[in-house]
Amino acid sequence: MNRFDYVRPATVPEAVAAAAVPGSAYLAAGTNLIDLMKGGIVSPKRLVDIGRVPGLDRIESLPDGGVRIGACVRNADLAYDPTASKRFPAVTEALLSGASAQLRNAATVGGNLLQRTRCAYFYDPASACNRRQPGAGCDARAGDNRLHAVLGWSESCIATHPSDFCVPLAALDAIVEIEGQAGRREVALEEFHLLPGTTPERESVLMPGELVVAVRLPGAATRFATHARYLELRERTSYAFAVVSAAACLRIEDGVIAEARLALGGVAAKPWRTRAAEAALVGVCANPEDFRRAAETGLEAARPSGDNAFKIELARRIVVRALALAAAGTPERVPALPGSPFAPVPGGALHG
Amino acid sequence: MSLSINLTINGMRRTVELDDPRVTLLDLLRERLDLTGTKKGCHRGQCGACTVLLDGRRVNSCLALAVSNDGAEVLTIEGLAQGEALHPIQAAFIAHDGFQCGFCTPGQIMSAVGLIQEGQVGDDPERVREGMSGNLCRCGAYRGITEAVLEAQQTQAQDGRKEAA
Repeated sequence: MNRFDYVRPATVPEAVAAAAVPGSAYLAAGTNLIDLMKGGIVSPKRLVDIGRVPGLDRIESLPDGGVRIGACVRNADLAYDPTASKRFPAVTEALLSGASAQLRNAATVGGNLLQRTRCAYFYDPASACNRRQPGAGCDARAGDNRLHAVLGWSESCIATHPSDFCVPLAALDAIVEIEGQAGRREVALEEFHLLPGTTPERESVLMPGELVVAVRLPGAATRFATHARYLELRERTSYAFAVVSAAACLRIEDGVIAEARLALGGVAAKPWRTRAAEAALVGVCANPEDFRRAAETGLEAARPSGDNAFKIELARRIVVRALALAAAGTPERVPALPGSPFAPVPGGALHG
Repeated sequence: MSLSINLTINGMRRTVELDDPRVTLLDLLRERLDLTGTKKGCHRGQCGACTVLLDGRRVNSCLALAVSNDGAEVLTIEGLAQGEALHPIQAAFIAHDGFQCGFCTPGQIMSAVGLIQEGQVGDDPERVREGMSGNLCRCGAYRGITEAVLEAQQTQAQDGRKEAA
């Protein structure tokens, strides 16, 4: 790990001013940043520790029925917040399907949005990586790439965004509140992360020194609360990143889908909301054939970036299953294995 | 740059001078305070051997900077037993053979203490396994670990009821 200066601002304006110094990075829990610094993947000259800035650790109920979640709220605190989990159960299931209990106790909301890809070539300073070092090339293109992106990738970069939490956030129209030297602005979570194009080193719309201060879930998204699920296929049932995941949220009236939200994880450099599939679900009865058609619509643009064509069909099946689970209804309590495909679909077969 | 921090470790207040902000909580415990019960396994937040309770919550001490945790309360494996009397979770790990080589055991036990305090798993072995998945055991003592956690949880619940009665 490189040597760095450490500053601990007392307020958001102080933090933003401190981070205006080039080479600065914000530190919250550090569950991703300290790991990256130990590996020599990033080497900030100065850490601006926002862990104690008052107000960033609050979950607030909003007048419209939504919630505002401070950037330093820990994943576990949000997952076990009774109000937030009742209103946005797919968010809870996604949080509890991610990482380990130890990491969820530390890791923060803002850090989750800003966590870096888990591409092994990004993590290996001896490999070429355009995301880590612009212009260096991409060793993943001809390397071990079975878990890489199938949507929105470019010749420069085929990495995926690893977050579970961001997937239902994208589906539910979450808003990111950002503070910078020029003041406060808001960006839809769906627009927050950037696809790689020719500049994969630019991972989000944040300008240097800008700080995520909160994420807001709108009250309108609570209408999906009774039919909302997150499903995540992993290479082991717990404590692994998604191969493919999906957040499926439905509003069903008299057995017909009145409104649908669908986003995929593990398939692109950002949580992948698929509005075309959402539109295809409106007005249909909740049955497997309709779900399959929606899945095909949602994955229409998917292309393998390497040895990962299987992820496209896998994503379609995860979509079908997530929709079937959502249609069956949000369970009273998050299942023992959150997001696990090993749980049977109520009234359906375990597989198929 | 010299940084002075205060920590309460296993009930004892300690003032520590840090000459370097890079020191993790794990390295502080092991290398500077001679509390080597907490183990350094992967050093990257993947194995759970370094699990301690930080302000009552289980975390990976290898990913926490000591300097960011000024004023915190830390409980390590050294702080569990009361003199010669083992903590019920320690006793349960022995009774159920919840280890073989023992390297991951301090982290497993601290994680189990945190898990039981969190109160989310009840007596469901599947929830216990999920809740303990941040602690790897390369000897594969998972079955004994799950049984030990379930038993310790039951014992503590019974003791709690007795105390309340």
